[in-house]
Amino acid sequence: MTRRWWRGVLVFGLPGMALLGWWLFVPGRVQQAPTAQREAEAARLRDPALIARGEYLAAVGDCAACHTERGGQRYAGGRMLATPFGDLPAPNITPDPETGIGQWSFEDFWRALHEGKGRRSEPLYPVFSYTSFTKVTRDDALAIFAWLKSLPPVHQSDREPGLAFPYSVRSSLLAWRALYFEPGVYRPDPARSPEWNRGAYLVQGLGHCNECHTTRNAWGGMDRDRRLAGGTIPAQDWYAPDLGTQPGGGLAGWSKQDIVDLLKTGQSARGVAFGPMADVVRDSTQHMSDADLQAVAVYLQALPARTPAPAPGAFAQAASHAQGGQLYVRQCAACHGKQGEGVPGVYPPLDGNSSVTGPTATNAVRSVLLGGFAPATAGNPRPYSMPPFAQQLSDDEVAAVVGYIRQSWSNRASAVWPAEVGRLRHTPVD
Amino acid sequence: MQQRVAACASCHGAHGEGLPGDPDVPRLAGKPAGYLLQQLESFQDGRRHHAAMEYVVRQLGPDYLRQIAEYFAARQVRYRRQAAPAVSAAAMRRGEQLARHGDASRGVPSCASCHGDTLTGVEPMVPGLAGLSYAYIDAQLDAWRTHRRVADGPGCMVVVANRMTGGDVAAVAAWLASQPPPADMHPAPAGAQRDPLPGWCVPGNGGVNP
Repeated sequence: MTRRWWRGVLVFGLPGMALLGWWLFVPGRVQQAPTAQREAEAARLRDPALIARGEYLAAVGDCAACHTERGGQRYAGGRMLATPFGDLPAPNITPDPETGIGQWSFEDFWRALHEGKGRRSEPLYPVFSYTSFTKVTRDDALAIFAWLKSLPPVHQSDREPGLAFPYSVRSSLLAWRALYFEPGVYRPDPARSPEWNRGAYLVQGLGHCNECHTTRNAWGGMDRDRRLAGGTIPAQDWYAPDLGTQPGGGLAGWSKQDIVDLLKTGQSARGVAFGPMADVVRDSTQHMSDADLQAVAVYLQALPARTPAPAPGAFAQAASHAQGGQLYVRQCAACHGKQGEGVPGVYPPLDGNSSVTGPTATNAVRSVLLGGFAPATAGNPRPYSMPPFAQQLSDDEVAAVVGYIRQSWSNRASAVWPAEVGRLRHTPVD
Repeated sequence: MQQRVAACASCHGAHGEGLPGDPDVPRLAGKPAGYLLQQLESFQDGRRHHAAMEYVVRQLGPDYLRQIAEYFAARQVRYRRQAAPAVSAAAMRRGEQLARHGDASRGVPSCASCHGDTLTGVEPMVPGLAGLSYAYIDAQLDAWRTHRRVADGPGCMVVVANRMTGGDVAAVAAWLASQPPPADMHPAPAGAQRDPLPGWCVPGNGGVNP
């Protein structure tokens, strides 16, 4: 049934959407800024102050995370980014004239960031988060471009995309863009404080938090009504939590300081950054200024209260609760405490920890399987670690102990199926 | 430090001594710090592959990696004798020949010429082979042969392993694993190798630098 539905979509839906997109996006003349403005901008590219600001902004935008291959040279591209539609290589954005952006003008860069179009006006794949970067101001974009242009050029050709048909046909993006892309620089809300607006700009724009923390549909489009309300990251299989701090939110009860601490050091009184968020903290948010982190916290704290999910009837503990409790005492309690209270600054609490009680058990199960260290940051240079239990515990045991943690103390989340553990055991980590 | 690196202990043992139930996992204790640091970096940068190792070391900075390497290098643990695999007497003789004398006809130097006469390694970069399991040595030689494990310095082991046959790999792994660990497990001091490194092993001197 599902297969037939998909085939129907492929045969009838896609060409229809492509036509619609073509109609909505008739390629017009490339719009350019006035000549005088362009000349003034080009003259500023070597300004050391602008370059320094660009370096900071590139860290906030975490450009290097995608544009650097593991073990490779920073910004030289080569990392393959997994998506449900195939793997896409991040390009070389060092100023090498042949393989990088050496021949790009700022106008080219602006068009990529702001409109999601390449140098030949081809639509770019939205794995490059122009859906968020479109909100970046022209002046910030100029600073980032100045920084990239100041890097030592690295001669490294881009890899070929590994996309399946029909996604390999770029014009299929025109329909996608018509449905899911709203170009436009961030417009401040005059009813809000400058700090809130700065936070909104960083979260929605350069920080591109929505790209992971908003649910995506089957086409990879973001649900406009559920911004920052959490979602499973496609192809990575980590759950990026709801960032709401009001009742019903994924970070309910988090103070401003908790948010700032997690982004600055990788851990807070409420929990630890792990999985992809640990990468984000290590490469990006730990380098953000205190003022910007405060602004992000102010913005997240002002996210609306979430409609609470309907109560799942009477809360029923899993049949494996007692078995899970025994495992907990043996394997977990020495660090996380008998009551899941943790050790401040060392081991995160499990009681009331949103990573544990999330709508799916994915993160808790994977944390038990993989263990690992909190990210090493300037604020926490020698983090403590958790043993990986994949080699020690069976699927049944992991399901029992994670189920116990999700249903003990004040935690009231759903139980865990062993089959789910088995699936996550084989999810690639990168 | 022991508490900080709890993630290492669950597979490598509380002091990095290796666990008897898991012959695929090597001991860390007492190996040269430079070697251990290079391995941690290799797991970060994709020159060595093991899903659990790659995830565990991913978030660590260079200073902390060095401290972890030095911590395990300084652990002094008596090594267990490994369970000897069942191979033929001829294979065992071949393994001993390769380990002690190499095979000049194939251009294979002996293990001892680089890893030290007592096979306890040489400071700062050459790991000891004594006390390692058959499963681990065999898997590493295979990984060198298939370029699944690569070096960020001289690629000596890629060359050496590729000059060996599959039978040689099994034979030398079996002989090494069946030896009783020597009383003094410290790596030999820097420069203690019996012979200079072969020319093809020295980068910039026709050396292999993958």
